[in-house]
Amino acid sequence: MIRRVLIANRGEIAARIARTCARLGIETVLAASEADRDSLPARLATRAVCIGPAHAAASYLKPELLVQAALSTGCDAVHPGYGFLSERAAFARLCEQHGLIFIGPTPAQLEATGDKLRAREQAEKSDVPVVPGGPAASRADAHALARRIGFPILIKAVGGGGGRGMRLVEHWADFDSALELAAAEAGAAFSDARVYLERFVARARHVEVQILGDGTGRVMQLGERDCSVQRRYQKLIEETPAPGLSDAFRTRIHEAALRLAASLAYRGAGTVEFLVDAQRSEFYFLEVNARIQVEHPVTEEVSGIDIVAAQLAIAAGEGMAPLAPRATGCAIECRVNAEDPSRDFAPSPGLVGEASWARGEGIRVDTHIESGARVPPFYDSLLGKIVAHGPDRATTLARLRAAVNSTRITGVTTNLGLHAAVLADPEFAAGGVDTGYLARFLERARMPARHAEVSGHG
Amino acid sequence: MSLTARDVAEITKLLEDSSFDELDLEIDGLKIHLVRSGGARHGVSGLASQSPAPTPEVIAAANPETPCLAPVRAPLLGTFYRAPKPGAPPFVEVGATVAPDTVIGIIEVMKLMNAVRAGVTGVVHEMRARDGALVEYGEILLFIDGRDGR
Repeated sequence: MIRRVLIANRGEIAARIARTCARLGIETVLAASEADRDSLPARLATRAVCIGPAHAAASYLKPELLVQAALSTGCDAVHPGYGFLSERAAFARLCEQHGLIFIGPTPAQLEATGDKLRAREQAEKSDVPVVPGGPAASRADAHALARRIGFPILIKAVGGGGGRGMRLVEHWADFDSALELAAAEAGAAFSDARVYLERFVARARHVEVQILGDGTGRVMQLGERDCSVQRRYQKLIEETPAPGLSDAFRTRIHEAALRLAASLAYRGAGTVEFLVDAQRSEFYFLEVNARIQVEHPVTEEVSGIDIVAAQLAIAAGEGMAPLAPRATGCAIECRVNAEDPSRDFAPSPGLVGEASWARGEGIRVDTHIESGARVPPFYDSLLGKIVAHGPDRATTLARLRAAVNSTRITGVTTNLGLHAAVLADPEFAAGGVDTGYLARFLERARMPARHAEVSGHG
Repeated sequence: MSLTARDVAEITKLLEDSSFDELDLEIDGLKIHLVRSGGARHGVSGLASQSPAPTPEVIAAANPETPCLAPVRAPLLGTFYRAPKPGAPPFVEVGATVAPDTVIGIIEVMKLMNAVRAGVTGVVHEMRARDGALVEYGEILLFIDGRDGR
């Protein structure tokens, strides 16, 4: 039984966690930085405590401050959200050492999934296909491997993930210098200079499977999400189900995710990411995200499962027995960011004037931004997520278009205009675009941003 | 140099009418620090054990007769202790004279003790934080009257 949860996060996910806890009668303590003490999550939580200055390195990324805050306020569990400390094994361990339930995987599981090479090996052991590649411990190994898998090649940091710590090499001539640079960058960014190689799969789609595990080996899946609309590995639009996959293929990819999760006796909510080559009906394991993800609402809308509630139940040792996922239609999500697509997506922090989010049938908005809210420059630029749900993709898309067009945010520049343009694009509407789609779309459209001073439609 | 209440009101209005969150003013050695509520707060970052004494922050500045109070704020979240150990006399009491590097209390974070220093010269005017209580980052621990210290 969990009675009081420390929310070790901020922004829309902190508001999201506070709301489900309130519905379940669980008290919440928001650990807020100085920049967030007047935020919506601070008001939604039962109580907020200021843990440190605005800079995340001195607040949200300090395990000892968060554990101290949890202990001093009488919490029995800690929800890490996504990002920040959510996948830090050392944080999960520190929580456990002090008698706090870490709402997430075990420290050992976080170590296994955080080391991308170990996760890859675990996938292979579980009979889950991986992209041709492997470790590049020495230059000689790297050369032999590169010869075998062929160019273009991605050099990836073992400690990276989520699009960070990757370098694309197209030709032999660039290989040695890229290898050195990648190792140096990995060492600086992740304190782990190890890199590995994978064949670069062009024209692939990004499809991921939402999994839940009770920690004893029982696992379930809540369907897949297609997150192919992304720019520099930052996802922009996500949907479920992934368009245009056959039922047989869908089942194969779900079962692969379940095998991997079961082999880890995975605890909590997680996502297994795959590259999908739809033409060849092939898929390859990418990585495990051992946390709740930004795009989880599309799965919630279609499955009817509150994933935060499921996390809480699993963490409390209540298991997954009451969960009965459905598969009702389609859901699509737009990530609304304070950024300027016309200026190379430069972040646009500041003071929000009016924030008028869409409402309507099948529309859900997860946000922490209200009129007059501040968007601090210290954190990511996510303002909120507009999620549409409907019986089929065409209806859902129509609802989402209307919702994006009726959302009005002034004071900061947003990517709402870009969303409107993508949703109106016949190629996106047809479904099944690959991860290179957005870059090509931007090239083609040279999108004007929806600037703060222009009250345009979307 | 002393400021009248009207001067302070006018200075406050300057900040209110501006697009800034904070205002620092120094006139003949008298420092005024104003923070718009909800704005960024003046303070020190990092662990107290490593950080220099905090910069003085003057809440009200007026005639020599009225107190010139500088709050000492918690440089980090943790458990505040007024004494070095249970039963020992407190580091400071109301009326004690302090220098910028005088330790006024300690904040414990996960068994790590961080000394908190006065950061200003003056006399302890009022204790705010209770012994053994959780203090948040930026919370006022005590006020120091700096009249005699400048």
